[in-house]
Amino acid sequence: MNGLFGGGTSPAALRVEGLCYSVGDRQLLDGATLVAHPGETVGLVGTNGSGKTTLLRCIYGALRPDGGRVLLDGADTASLGAKPRARRIAAVPQENGASFGLTAREVAAMGRSPHKRFWEPDDAGDAALVEAALEHTGADRLASLPFDALSGGEKQRTLLARALAQQPALLVLDEPTNHLDVRHQLDLLTLLAGLATTCLLALHDLNLAAYFCDRLYVLDGGRMVAEGPPSEVLTEELLAEVYGVRAEVGRHPSTGAPTVVYLPGGEASGGS
Amino acid sequence: MSFAIRNRATGKSGYRPTLVLAVLAAVLAAGFLANLALGATRVPLPDVLGALSGTSEPGPLATIVTDVRLPRALLACVVGAGLALVGAVLQALVRNPLADPFLLGISSGASTGAVLVLVLGVTAIPMAGGAFLGSLLALVAVYAMAGRGSAMTTGRLVLSGVAIQYILSACTSLLLVLSPQNEHLRAILFWTLGGLGGARWSQLWLPAVVLGVGLVLLLALARPLDLLLAGEEGAAALGLDTARFRAAVFVLASLVTAFLVTVSGAIGFVGLMVPHAARMLVGASHRLLLPVSALGGAAFLVVADLGTRLVTAPEEIPVGVLTALTGGPFFLWLLRRGRRNEGGMT
Repeated sequence: MNGLFGGGTSPAALRVEGLCYSVGDRQLLDGATLVAHPGETVGLVGTNGSGKTTLLRCIYGALRPDGGRVLLDGADTASLGAKPRARRIAAVPQENGASFGLTAREVAAMGRSPHKRFWEPDDAGDAALVEAALEHTGADRLASLPFDALSGGEKQRTLLARALAQQPALLVLDEPTNHLDVRHQLDLLTLLAGLATTCLLALHDLNLAAYFCDRLYVLDGGRMVAEGPPSEVLTEELLAEVYGVRAEVGRHPSTGAPTVVYLPGGEASGGS
Repeated sequence: MSFAIRNRATGKSGYRPTLVLAVLAAVLAAGFLANLALGATRVPLPDVLGALSGTSEPGPLATIVTDVRLPRALLACVVGAGLALVGAVLQALVRNPLADPFLLGISSGASTGAVLVLVLGVTAIPMAGGAFLGSLLALVAVYAMAGRGSAMTTGRLVLSGVAIQYILSACTSLLLVLSPQNEHLRAILFWTLGGLGGARWSQLWLPAVVLGVGLVLLLALARPLDLLLAGEEGAAALGLDTARFRAAVFVLASLVTAFLVTVSGAIGFVGLMVPHAARMLVGASHRLLLPVSALGGAAFLVVADLGTRLVTAPEEIPVGVLTALTGGPFFLWLLRRGRRNEGGMT
């Protein structure tokens, strides 16, 4: 199944070097560096305003960084045009406004655009890819409904189908589990973790990040402050330092993943 | 493989768009013939067909059809199709179904530009050139004032359009008062009210060519226009340089509007109502929406123009008045509907 979306594109290696971005005198990214190996699922965590979204937007090309480079398989993406970049990098952004009554299928079919000239219509191959993508994300039964009428979880599946129809070498997702209930969060992340494509996703829920991601990066004030496998990154000290919360980090007896239990009452020492 | 028999662009079954196009074409044909036959002087249908095919004997009836009513009906087709096309495109550009060349002040910009050229007597710039500059300036001003992306709400957009319209109509009134020549009065009134009366063969070909070119170009851009509906982030992630694309299509939309306004004045609400109805019929995908809007706009204005001659006969009301009388309530209905269904409007 994944081979279909690979479609000749093998998963890419992503390397982000010293990325800087500022708005006015606010430095949103301050030399952020990150590596994702081919096929890896890499989680990006950090507090609100730590720069997660900005970093992802620089990677999928909605923002042009002030400094630093984004390398895909060693090639600088800044030298790519918007379209060639979109053939390699797909994104599920947070904003997904109204769509004027486009159906879910039409929204998913937009994923074929980077592979097409403007005036070139979709052919049967494109339609098959879109249909397969919708099926893979479980959005096939919604395909004929207006996108605007879908629930949050259904919209996410449709947007993920759109990204898969792009046949990307790298998939970037900005808090894809936002507004989803537990069941849909698990479904979506299971789906992502099973993709052959390299995935980089910003996540809020540390337990989900710990379970589903191969490696985690912790962003704080526009800088990477920790990286590594979840069991090494998620420590009580780090949570105190970055999030300013007291927490107990254990290891789940059946999944083996680190588990974070927040302890209310009183700020942690070292918290900012 | 159920998708094979579906229309891939709409997800609707394949015969639907064909049916819609056929019905619209039939309405257009019927309205066109009625437009030639009815009015102060009734021309029997056989005489209309005879005059059209050139087989009837020359006479006053044939002259009315070929020299007066035919250019006027053709102009109604061109202007109606053009306004609806521009409206559909503007709605995608600003991602708001309440956009229309009239409401956004582009038509007013075009008429002010044309009036300015007329009053100042600048012969170096053709009237359409003044109209183009006026419409482009108005569009850029409204877009800049309404804010971009998530900041652009329906309220801000409509208010910006209204403000620009006020400023521009004040400018036109000022020109009117300051203008030394009385014959400018009629011309200025014509551009303000919008009308198809006095259409001549000689002024038909230029807007027709511009509309044809605009239609072909915009149809070729149907795919990126669809991408704009995915929002700024989505469109960027799908490989569209939104800033450049928007600027290019803004210029194209202003150009088409300018040529239409030069020959017909500012006719409102066609560009609002027709694309909206078209979207309900065939969905939002531009590959179908644009041709259906253009055809629907032509049919609508041909019928509306006939209405201006029949409703208040023997007096004739400007077609812009009629479209505003039908379009105003429609606009209010859209606003009300938008409040109940906020997701689709803001």
